[in-house]
Amino acid sequence: MEIGLNHYLVLSTILFAIGLVGVMRRKNLLLLFFATEILLNAVNVAFAAISHYYGDLTGQMFAFFVIAIAASEVAVGLGLLIVWYKRNGSIDLDALTTMKG
Amino acid sequence: MFEAVAFYLFAFLTIAMFFIVVTTSQALYALTALAAGMIFISAFFFILGADFLGAVQIIVYTGAVMALYAFGMMFFDTTREVKEKQGNKYIIVGLSTLAAILVVVIFAAPMMSENIVALYPAIDGVGNTQAVGLVLFTKYLIPFELAAIMLLVAMVAGIVLAGKKMDLSITLMHEAEIEEEKNKKVLS
Repeated sequence: MEIGLNHYLVLSTILFAIGLVGVMRRKNLLLLFFATEILLNAVNVAFAAISHYYGDLTGQMFAFFVIAIAASEVAVGLGLLIVWYKRNGSIDLDALTTMKG
Repeated sequence: MFEAVAFYLFAFLTIAMFFIVVTTSQALYALTALAAGMIFISAFFFILGADFLGAVQIIVYTGAVMALYAFGMMFFDTTREVKEKQGNKYIIVGLSTLAAILVVVIFAAPMMSENIVALYPAIDGVGNTQAVGLVLFTKYLIPFELAAIMLLVAMVAGIVLAGKKMDLSITLMHEAEIEEEKNKKVLS
């Protein structure tokens, strides 16, 4: 059986759904970051597949920029997380609710 | 045939790994499963002929991002079990399905219109790395430079945020000094 573009798009959708479930059910901020990495990777697969099946390199370029953004997001996010952990001793989302509302 | 076998094998492995990432209660299992999933994702890039992208995926994600996460986890208390949000499961599943369908529609809509033309078609006679370089350094030079500046800013931000009070070592201080530091922080 020939693997077509739809196979890759379905796979990308499944991975994206897994990432979304992770974003919604995780309470720990570090594991929430992991879930966002899954989301970015799922989109990268779709970009590479479209780039291959249309013979166009633009998809791969976008995948590169997505990877660059993911790397910088991790650097800044982890720095913020470390600061927050030093201050509060916890990285649970519940500890972030400081306002009474 | 070979391509189909490889696709299904790696699809199964990737989905299994990412499923572990979102369901396990141990942060270390999640980290290792995520690293494995990243490498399996790069297999798709190699199947699709995007060799350079696959290599970048392994180097940047498994090499840099995962190492950074592993480094960050040393700061946090990751040995205990991770608590999870006790929400309505049906809402979560419903929202995820809806969002996934939305993504498919977004990707499928231009294909249905059937009038996509390749803006930067793959060049014959050169490898993938060379073709990527030709496009990246001609058509996408400005975004490339902007990405470089963004990475620099992120690096400075990471150093500034995580590097505070790095000169103090709690393991080398006496108890009284630690208490003093704590009081100073509260007062300031």
